[in-house]
Amino acid sequence: MSDQTNNNILDEVTKGEYKFGFYTDIENDLAPRGLTEDTIRFISAKKEEPEWMLEFRLKAFRHWQTLEEPEWAHLHHPPIDFQDIIYFASPKKKPQLNSLDEVDPELLETFDKLGISLDEQKRLSGVAVDAVIDSVSVKTTFQDTLAKHGIIFCSFSEAVKNHPELVKKYMGTVVPYTDNYYAALNSAVFSDGSFCYIPKGVRSPLELSTYFRINAANTGQFERTLIVAEEGGYVSYMEGCTAPMRDENQLHAAIVEIIAMDDAEVKYSTVQNWYPGDKQGKGGVYNFVTKRGLCKGNRSKISWTQVETGSSITWKYPSCVLMGDNSIGEFYSVAVTNNYQQADTGTKMIHLGKNTRSTIISKGISAGRSNNSYRGLVKIMPGAVNSRNFSQCDSLLLGDQCGAHTFPYIDTRNQSSIVEHEATTSKISEDQLFYCNQRGIDTEKAIGLIVNGYAKEVLNKLPMEFAVEAQKLLSITLEGSVG
Amino acid sequence: MLLNIKNLTVAIEGKEIIKGLNLQVNKGEVHAIMGPNGTGKSTLAAAITGREGYEVTEGEIWYKDQNIIEMDADERANLGIFLSFQYPVEIPGVSMTNFMRTAINAQREYRGLPPMPAGEFLKLMEEKKKLVDIHSKLTNRSVNEGFSGGEKKKNEIFQMALLEPTLAILDETDSGLDIDALRTVAKGVNELRSEENAFVVITHYQRLLEYIVPDFVHVMYDGKIVKSGSKNLALELEEKGYEWLKEHSLA
Ligand SMILES: Nc1ncnc2c1ncn2[C@@H]1O[C@H](COP(=O)(O)OP(=O)(O)O)[C@@H](O)[C@H]1O
Ligand SMILES: [Mg+2]
Repeated sequence: MSDQTNNNILDEVTKGEYKFGFYTDIENDLAPRGLTEDTIRFISAKKEEPEWMLEFRLKAFRHWQTLEEPEWAHLHHPPIDFQDIIYFASPKKKPQLNSLDEVDPELLETFDKLGISLDEQKRLSGVAVDAVIDSVSVKTTFQDTLAKHGIIFCSFSEAVKNHPELVKKYMGTVVPYTDNYYAALNSAVFSDGSFCYIPKGVRSPLELSTYFRINAANTGQFERTLIVAEEGGYVSYMEGCTAPMRDENQLHAAIVEIIAMDDAEVKYSTVQNWYPGDKQGKGGVYNFVTKRGLCKGNRSKISWTQVETGSSITWKYPSCVLMGDNSIGEFYSVAVTNNYQQADTGTKMIHLGKNTRSTIISKGISAGRSNNSYRGLVKIMPGAVNSRNFSQCDSLLLGDQCGAHTFPYIDTRNQSSIVEHEATTSKISEDQLFYCNQRGIDTEKAIGLIVNGYAKEVLNKLPMEFAVEAQKLLSITLEGSVG
Repeated sequence: MLLNIKNLTVAIEGKEIIKGLNLQVNKGEVHAIMGPNGTGKSTLAAAITGREGYEVTEGEIWYKDQNIIEMDADERANLGIFLSFQYPVEIPGVSMTNFMRTAINAQREYRGLPPMPAGEFLKLMEEKKKLVDIHSKLTNRSVNEGFSGGEKKKNEIFQMALLEPTLAILDETDSGLDIDALRTVAKGVNELRSEENAFVVITHYQRLLEYIVPDFVHVMYDGKIVKSGSKNLALELEEKGYEWLKEHSLA
């Protein structure tokens, strides 16, 4: 009975629409379409960058030209024409960073629609926000409050201007431009992003957050985030993102680098909700992201929590290099795919230091005709004595036309370390759905409830401000998909 | 009349399980349905509550003046039909509190009421917890997860108490319960009994009926009700055994 029933439910439950698909009419400064050294000089000049930054970009570009697009991921898409993309778009009215009144009202409205408050009056939320639209950071809130603690939180461009010594010291040390195809591309053309510096012994009193929005047509978004926590520093950092609904695919290739010194801790949370394309798989964002944290100091800790619901293609492996002794890496992930979405996501935990520990909890949820892969590497080097890893990868299938795959790679090079891996695949049972229905809960709500329960272990890791949004997103993403 | 089942035939995957069953229940009444395993008691409960895959091939189910056989399960629940499951399922990661709040608010929405304020909901939970003597450590857990057999059954009655249905079907809520738990379940039911609602109690043993005294007892055999009577029928059945029935149904 259950196959039949599942299919009926699949057919019955109807359309879920992307709620963030509006487009704001803002006058833009655009780079000419395509990618040459001139494009890079154009971007660098627009941003009034110092010579060393331009040099870094050009080196990365020349390297990128020697590379081939990777094909190893469990993903399928038509070849991307890198010459058909606009690599830089910025709102024409250059907003002032010290006063909200001078920000283009259209922009403010955009962020209002997204439910992101840039208004410093609304201190209740206690979250400092850096808002990045297309290629440019438009507003960073709470900078003064943070400055009192010695915390630097600003756009990447500002950091290049105001803190060049820090940027030079750390940029590219965790994700070098030679790392991979998209990292090289990002290093050549990155437009903006966030920079965060936590000085020695400081715990950030606020959650820091960056909100990314792709708005202009035919543009790629290439942001870069760099977070450094000095000895004993602590910060919880959140990243959110959306894009308008467009028929053509848009490219997003970002880099996030985190460095944690002795006893420092960085929590990085993402709710990724780029436009996933329509029900036929038309349009949507190609999300190719390199995120890596370096636990450089002893007893340092970096934890990645991600809720991935958007993008037509996601290629993303937030990783930890556990260099310091007793350092800790964590990866908590919920990846939901529906319709024709494809996700190939997971993590790498590279154990170098003694007694290092890592935890991986991955929950994949696939519906429609989507494909959802977990890909993970746990590598324990000879010097990483007494290290431990625990991985759990669960897949939940909704319907019988979607795919779930698990590619765990384990490479242990010493005898004293322990690596544990558990994996399960399950379906939402018809019994659970009927139980909910019998209490008056309709099937769509029931699926939302069950899926949120399934992902709870990961959702619990999110900061409060994000958890509610993430729960809603899970339900919305699965609307109209399920069985 | 609250429930009127006329000549009901139900098939699972083409196999006829309920074979022309009639049952009438008025408000204020308690009906007991007894019968051997595999006779179709749970199938009847599933057909009344609208479970998919249970195909009504003939007959009608009237509830509050409408034939509900085409209606979805959640709508029937919202109209006040409740099933205490023979085998309650676990829903990992969904707390009882969240589950019941979602259920109550779904039912309120159906009736055009706004969601219940959080404070009021928590007060209601406390009140009903006392009624069925269920511990907070259970209601703080995920739905039925790690509950013992008896705790699951109590939890069903707890949900019933929260939802206050008009028609409650209890499918073998007594099986697997010790005498104390049985008393608690019965107490829960008896306190909810009123002139405005009705209960259909499916059971194997007449033991439960000492605590929940039925107005009518029906004996089911091979997909039909073969005998109906007063509560004395339950005693007679227990005394003579189901063999006695077999002769009856052949006669
Ligand atoms: N989901 C099902 N699929 C196939 N057969 C079923 C299913 N549920 C019940 N049956 C069959 O229907 C008959 C009646 O079962 P049930 O209603 O559970 O009986 P009771 O509750 O009286 O013990 C049994 O023969 C059982 O095997
Ligand atoms: Mg039964």
